[in-house]
Amino acid sequence: MNGQTLYPRLEPLLAQVQKPIQYVGGELNSQVKAWDDVAVHWALMYPDAYEVGLPNQGLMILYEVLNERPDALAERTYAVWPDLAALMREAGVGQFTVDSHRAVADFDVLGVSFATELGYTNLLEALDLAGVPLHAVDRDESHPVVVAGGHAAFNPEPVADFVDCAVLGDGEQAVGDITDVVKAWKEQGRPGGRVELLARLSRVDGVYVPRFYAVSYGPDGAIAGVTRTRDDVPARVGKRTVMDLDEWPYPKTPLVPLAESVHERMSVEIFRGCTRGCRFCQAGMITRPVRERTITGIGSMVDQGLKATGYQEVGLLSLSSADHSEIGQLAKELADRYEGTNTGLSLPSTRVDAFNVTLANELSRNGRRSGLTFAPEGGSERIRRVINKTVSKEDLVRTVTTAYANGWTQVKLYFMCGLPTETDEDVLEIAELATEVIRAGREASGRKDIRCTVSIGGFVPKPHTPFQWAAQASAETIDHRLRVLRAAINADRRIGRSIGMRYHDGKPGVIEGLLSRGDRRVGRVIERVWRDGGRFDGWSEHFSYDRWTAAAAEELAPFGVDLDWFTTRERSEHEVLPWDHLDSGLDKEWLWEDWQEALNEEEVSDCRWTPCYDCGVCPTNGTEIQVGPTGRSLLPLTIV
Amino acid sequence: MARQPDGPPPPPTVQKLRLRYTKRGPLRFASHRDLARSLERALRRAQVPMAFSAGFSPHPKISYIGAAPTGAASEAEYVEIGLTRPCDPEAVRVALDAALPPGVDVVDIVQAGEGTGSLADRIDASVWRVELPGVEPAELGSALAAFLARDVVTVARRTKNGLRDVDARAAVAAATAAGEAGCAILTVVVRQVTPAVRPDDVVAALAAVADLRPPSPPRAVREAQGRLDDTGTVADPLGPDRLARTHCQGERATV
Repeated sequence: MNGQTLYPRLEPLLAQVQKPIQYVGGELNSQVKAWDDVAVHWALMYPDAYEVGLPNQGLMILYEVLNERPDALAERTYAVWPDLAALMREAGVGQFTVDSHRAVADFDVLGVSFATELGYTNLLEALDLAGVPLHAVDRDESHPVVVAGGHAAFNPEPVADFVDCAVLGDGEQAVGDITDVVKAWKEQGRPGGRVELLARLSRVDGVYVPRFYAVSYGPDGAIAGVTRTRDDVPARVGKRTVMDLDEWPYPKTPLVPLAESVHERMSVEIFRGCTRGCRFCQAGMITRPVRERTITGIGSMVDQGLKATGYQEVGLLSLSSADHSEIGQLAKELADRYEGTNTGLSLPSTRVDAFNVTLANELSRNGRRSGLTFAPEGGSERIRRVINKTVSKEDLVRTVTTAYANGWTQVKLYFMCGLPTETDEDVLEIAELATEVIRAGREASGRKDIRCTVSIGGFVPKPHTPFQWAAQASAETIDHRLRVLRAAINADRRIGRSIGMRYHDGKPGVIEGLLSRGDRRVGRVIERVWRDGGRFDGWSEHFSYDRWTAAAAEELAPFGVDLDWFTTRERSEHEVLPWDHLDSGLDKEWLWEDWQEALNEEEVSDCRWTPCYDCGVCPTNGTEIQVGPTGRSLLPLTIV
Repeated sequence: MARQPDGPPPPPTVQKLRLRYTKRGPLRFASHRDLARSLERALRRAQVPMAFSAGFSPHPKISYIGAAPTGAASEAEYVEIGLTRPCDPEAVRVALDAALPPGVDVVDIVQAGEGTGSLADRIDASVWRVELPGVEPAELGSALAAFLARDVVTVARRTKNGLRDVDARAAVAAATAAGEAGCAILTVVVRQVTPAVRPDDVVAALAAVADLRPPSPPRAVREAQGRLDDTGTVADPLGPDRLARTHCQGERATV
């Protein structure tokens, strides 16, 4: 019988594994609904370890939205570590949900959220543990419909063989539409079997069903064309956009795990979308336009969320939080409201802007000032023009110095290397910058114990961005630049000892690049890697570059392409890209123009404050920018 | 000069409450750190007026006494909390119990009696009940007899720093075998010594002396903690506070 708990069979296994608490569920604000009371059962998966997956906002939102429906239930499942996976295989226990330990195979829909492509092997592992056929074509109507979502779903082609559909864009409304379709099909006695269900789903806005599209390849290895195999599916699939965030105040009751997780705080999304136009940033490109939550909407989410969770810290989340039209007032009024309650307020990493120091001062006025993070991303002014994140060296040094002068002792600076047109000199400027920052900071603060941490990783070109045509830097190039940078930082020990450097080597980025801009042929590589034992590729202790390169060489050879072809090769203007039939709203012509402007080191302004530059998103999707100020303010809370 | 927080120091502790809570069901897989985080959040949700330490990262005044190991259930975990205003202990118990996850139940609470000493000093032993599925009571009985006949039984325990030898015998004050067909039950009184001897170590010791190897993992529950007296029983560690309370109220009544 479907929906029964596996817990009695799982429990003896838990006594033998690391951190068993992550598998038992029962988190504060988790929900368990009776199986037979609802028509549609969703298993929501974050394909990484529980400690990473649990705090994921997207999954928490969909979990609540679905569970609020009387005709649906949603439970969560996460990637199982190899120690438990081995015991489960031995004992014949399938992939389970943590809420009530039901078998994932019993659910109608398995929704998988891909924030990063490095979770693909974990999807295969979960499907296999669940007893669900790996290949979508091998599934019948007894198996869950496997739906991919999240940012990586804007190019789901590498996992096209394994998923039944992908949802583009915001999920809040899409999950409801999918629920309606699945429910009607079940109630009608599953007419036409699985294929009919998928055909119906393909007519839901934002839902892409890969099997109804055939891809052909030309003699040069590039895609010749993508054609529909049924005429009742859309030629191009658009994205979903939720308008008016105040109408969607989720998560209302955030999950609080017993186990330790990567974010021990409550997050409130203060706006969605970003039009700063940073050319490397896929998130900023595919989530347009900007939609702000109002100051009062944010205030009530913070209040309710704190009451519901008992968290001591609130993060004001977005792609660039200081850009909220009411952020100054919001920071002040939240700090007023929570004064004396031991509640911390924070902004995630921000643009380099003096205003951000003022904001951070305000948010921390009752507490300790330790670390502040800025993300200049590019080492030189020139490269910052290329990526459209312009800030002068003087402003950067002045801003960071101001932070030290205001009592912040640790400043973290985020950079990327391997950006288009980059040279060693661009990266070496990071060392100069950090040196100047420390010198000026010591002088301004009058203390020697200030620190600057340079955090740097390799750039991976992403679909639906102006850099989608760019050649990715090789792992050797990245590693070389990191080496020379480290040497430059350490050159003067009197300054260098105050500078930390955190970095990742270039190899995982190359594989992420393959998976990001790959097409359906890459699916064979993913499957091969999984069969060879690949799991948890986002974890350095589990990632094996050699396993990936060996699988890529072997599986791609029959197609006449290779790893370099997908990564370090620059694409030409008219090449058919694997995701061209998936529409983020951005005009391909505009993206190309922006790519050319990048190469010419030309900037583009934010359309919130300057006229529209026709990226194409709003007219395509019938959306518009939603920003304040509203003129409202937060009232003090009555303390009971 | 390090920056100091502005304003007056935090309000002092005016009342200490001592409570006993459980770790039941799936929550036995929670570690001590998991439970500590959970308790701090529950205290906030329950709006218990906690006292905080001074400084830039104030911590609520909570003293944990011992902690059952990850994987072991418990009916008797103890903690002491400091409050900034006096509260009705029972009201705190009810509010906190409602804010804690199911399985972590606050089952007893008392106000710390003045001059009764520290709670930690009243706990030096645990009573463990260990279910051994797939083991017959007679099998356990003979293994236990072999174990108790020895002066020292060394077992290797996996720690962060590799395997470490622990004597599982010396810490055992008493042990009995019972249960039913197919599931033996070991009840064992273990002194809280350093290094700690856990119920798993006792089970491992039975394997060492009598080759008793349970086919599936044993399930341990801590039934009680307290001071071990000469009769081999463990006293209620909250007893002295209860007595002091009664005494105190009695005094007041005569004024």
